[in-house]
Amino acid sequence: MTVPDLTRLAGHELARALRADATTSREITEAHLTAAERDNHALNAWLQIDRDGALAMADAADARLADARRDGRAVLDALHPLIGLPVALKDLVSVAGGQCTAGSRILDGYLAPYDAHVTERLRDAGAVFLGKTNMDEFAMGSSTEHSAYGPTSNPWDLGRVPGGSSGGTAAAVAAFHAPFGIGTDTGGSIRQPAALCGVVGLKTTYGRVSRYGIVAFASSLDQIGPFARDTRDAAALLHAVAGRDERDSTSAPVPVPDDLLRLPDDDAAASRLRGKRLGLPREYFVAGMEPGVEARVREAVAALEAAGAIVEDVSLPHTDYGLATYYIVAPAEASANLARYDGIRYGPRLTDGDGGVLATYLRTRGEGFGAEVKRRVMLGTYALSAGYYDAYYLKAQKVRTLIKGDFDALFAQGFDALVAPTSPTVAFPLGARLEDPVAMYLSDACTLPANVAGIAGLSVPCGLSEGLPVGLQFIGPPWSEDRLLELGRGYEAITATADWRALEPTDLATAANPATPTPADRLAAATAPIGS
Amino acid sequence: MGAERRTGGSERRTGLGYDRAMPTLSRADVEHVAHLARLGLGDDELTRLESQLNHILDQYAILARLDTEHIPPTAQTIELENILRDDVAGPSLPRDAALANAAEQADGFIVVPRIIADASDDAAP
Repeated sequence: MTVPDLTRLAGHELARALRADATTSREITEAHLTAAERDNHALNAWLQIDRDGALAMADAADARLADARRDGRAVLDALHPLIGLPVALKDLVSVAGGQCTAGSRILDGYLAPYDAHVTERLRDAGAVFLGKTNMDEFAMGSSTEHSAYGPTSNPWDLGRVPGGSSGGTAAAVAAFHAPFGIGTDTGGSIRQPAALCGVVGLKTTYGRVSRYGIVAFASSLDQIGPFARDTRDAAALLHAVAGRDERDSTSAPVPVPDDLLRLPDDDAAASRLRGKRLGLPREYFVAGMEPGVEARVREAVAALEAAGAIVEDVSLPHTDYGLATYYIVAPAEASANLARYDGIRYGPRLTDGDGGVLATYLRTRGEGFGAEVKRRVMLGTYALSAGYYDAYYLKAQKVRTLIKGDFDALFAQGFDALVAPTSPTVAFPLGARLEDPVAMYLSDACTLPANVAGIAGLSVPCGLSEGLPVGLQFIGPPWSEDRLLELGRGYEAITATADWRALEPTDLATAANPATPTPADRLAAATAPIGS
Repeated sequence: MGAERRTGGSERRTGLGYDRAMPTLSRADVEHVAHLARLGLGDDELTRLESQLNHILDQYAILARLDTEHIPPTAQTIELENILRDDVAGPSLPRDAALANAAEQADGFIVVPRIIADASDDAAP
């Protein structure tokens, strides 16, 4: 029997191997660290790979497993499925004593003084932190090109973006650097990169996961959620981090179902699709959607129907107002949240001679923030400023009521979920949308309504268009994560033998070659002035 | 100067809310907003932002089509009752940990730049 490549196994397969004493967390961790270190030159998915820290956590997990094995089957089974398994953390999750840049120069050198809630929960479960992943600065972006530490490449095509803002986590999970990853989703920042990299990503209900210890972007929209390569692993990771935490007063006292650890096997999952009522919102099949993306999504819907789901055309009439609403509310909240970065309590402090504190603020923030962050802070400050509050922010909050009302009305009619594309396009080339903020913002047209309404959304891979992954989105009412994951599991079951399921990201072999250009080189070449 | 000045454009109220022409930003407005946001920006950045921000503001005009006069605003999507904890003192971050990231510190305090303003300064928010 040949030794399997541990990076190719799903988290639940690794968990089984660990319990059977067929491998160790150290072996699993070594294999993933080696892959991450080998590819990072070409992918820049990781801002930090913490080999020593990860191996120490792996050894601790192996010790816990050995103790449990001695104490008997029941003790072993009681350990969380994540014990000993590698997790990629977006670099806005606080890990005590570690870096937490949020992709920004203004947090260069900052070391988190405490653990985030999700960090504590993952430590309790026994998970292994491999390091911190790249992201758009302060999670503002849809391509990871707005990172102050250089862009990330998509493992399916190194000349293209991985999506964003959680593009580093998405690329790392797709490239087999980790079976699990944590991201945040404010307007699509988990689902859109999951779709563009061909992995599973879940935006949780607002209040499902405590945001304590996470760098804030837009506090009424931000949510934490899991990345994985299948729905079972995404469910296990959600199970580990979800639930009430008194340090985030918006985290809800809603039970976290243990069924997340027992998603049905193929036969049961497929048969449970029978009779499910799914709405197909016509506004999500928008002008500007690529034909190949629409074809894959419509094929997926047909497959769900063939398995017995009842699919009905529905309307979310205020969808077209989502983009404007989001791009008022999110920058307004960001402008307030980012006021704390002033060079006084943490981060680099840039002063201008004896210009006093005002000059320090202006220079620290003017030089510490990147172009997109400054754009959004400007927009938000303007939208909240005297004389414009009613025209912009209040108006947007009222339209938010209408957008949420669209979803509430459909779910009140008994729909189990809505089915839609995750992104209107496949991964776009590096640099293609960098100079056109509105084109970049359109990447999130199909994802941001769920954030505006505070509800849950799951993206699962549904095939390829022009050789690049396409994502299928299930949108559900508050606290429906378990049902969405079960639907996603059902879709996995009925497409288990599809040809595209067996494909690995096309550019992985190129990524492993040390002579391959870096993503920053590729972006520079793509945006170089003609003739230079 | 103040953001309440409407230099660059018109803002006409109609029966259905705001007209197609939402306010536009002049260069002076952009400079003023940058000051409010405490962002020190160069001339090139201000020029680029003026056109980009106006392009983005154009996209907001779509909201004027909706009559929202009787629609209540939504600030919080998930209905939660007030959640209160018992008022019990607990440990907080140790002083050394709280100070560790400050650019300058002395004697257990963060050293800050001069705050008392000259006549020309207005550093206070």
